[in-house]
Amino acid sequence: MSITEQIITIAMCTLGTMATRFLPFLVFRSDKPTPKYVQYLGKMLPGAIFAMLIVYCLRSVNVARFSWGLPELIAGAVTVALHLWKRQMLLSIAAGTVVYMVLVQAVFV
Amino acid sequence: MKKTDRAVIWRSFRAAFPQTIPILAGFLFLGMAYGIYMNVNGFSFVYPTIMALVIFGGSLEFLAAQMLLAPFAPVQALLVSLMIQARHLFYGISMLDKFKGMGWKKFYLIYGMCDETFSVNYTANIPGDCDRGWFYLFVTALNQLYWVGGATIGGLLGELITFNTEGLDFVMTAMFIVIFLEQWLKEKHHFSAWAGMLSSIACLLIFGADNFMVPTMICILLILTIFRKPIEKKAGERN
Repeated sequence: MSITEQIITIAMCTLGTMATRFLPFLVFRSDKPTPKYVQYLGKMLPGAIFAMLIVYCLRSVNVARFSWGLPELIAGAVTVALHLWKRQMLLSIAAGTVVYMVLVQAVFV
Repeated sequence: MKKTDRAVIWRSFRAAFPQTIPILAGFLFLGMAYGIYMNVNGFSFVYPTIMALVIFGGSLEFLAAQMLLAPFAPVQALLVSLMIQARHLFYGISMLDKFKGMGWKKFYLIYGMCDETFSVNYTANIPGDCDRGWFYLFVTALNQLYWVGGATIGGLLGELITFNTEGLDFVMTAMFIVIFLEQWLKEKHHFSAWAGMLSSIACLLIFGADNFMVPTMICILLILTIFRKPIEKKAGERN
C-alpha cells in the first residue's frame, strides 16, 4: 500500500468513527428542543449501554474451555462485592484487576 | 458564553483527574499494547501516534492495522468502521442535553467521546463549585492523552517491554462493572439495564463475538420503543 492509500485508509476509519459520534448532534440541533421520544431514549439508553459494554469486554470468554470464565467471574464478583461494601470506585477497580491478574498468572495456568 | 475564572477551572481539573485514574492505568497499558502491535507489524511509531490521535477508538485501531497490511479497500474500511463504532450513536443520544450550551468545547467533547470518556462523563457527580464544561473537557483530554501517550511509548519501545502484564486489561472491564453498578444503584427501575444485559448476551450467543454489537443495539432500541408507555408510566408513578 502506498503512503497515499494508507492515509486514505486511516481517514476512512476516522470518518466512520466520527460519523457515529457526531450524527446525533447533527440530526438533533441544540437550538431546537429535542423530540420527546429521543429524550426518552437518552434517559433510558445508558443503563442498557453499560450492561452492553461489560458483555463487550467479556465477549471472548469461552465458558466451555479452560479456564471456563472463572477468573472473570471471580474477579467480577470481588469488584461488585467490594464496591457494594465500600463504594470506593478506585479501590473496587484496583482490587478486581489485581485479583484477575493473580488468577490468570498464578492460579489458572 | 460567560467567562469562567481560573479558580473554577482548576477546581474542575482537580475533580476530573481522580475520575480518570482507572483509565490512566487501562489506556497506558492498552495503548502500549497497541503501539507494540504496530511496531511488531513493521510500522514506525508515527503510525500508532497519529492513529491514536485521529481515530481515537481502541478496537478499531487494532483492526485498522490489519487493513493497512491488506490490499487497499477504502469503502470496506469505512463500512467496517461504521459497524464497529455504531455504539457511539447511543452515547450521542444520551449526551444531547448534557452538551447543550458547551460552546467551543462541544466539538472536542463529541470528537473525543470514546466508551470510557462517555461512561465517566455521563455518570460523574460533578461538585457544585466546578464548571461542567471544563470537567467534561478535562476528562476527555486526559483520557486521550493517556491513550496517545501509551500508543507512542509502545510504538517506540516495541518489544523491549517484557514484564508480565497479563490480565491488566481487566481494569477496563472492572471499570465498566463499577459504572454499571453505580448506574444501577441510582436508577428507579432496572428495565433498561435488564434489556441491555439480556439483549447483548442473547445476540452474543446467536451472532458470535465479532458481529453481535449492531444486532444488540437494534434489540435494545426495539425493546425500549415497544415498552415506552409502561416504562414511562412506571417512572412517573415513582416520582
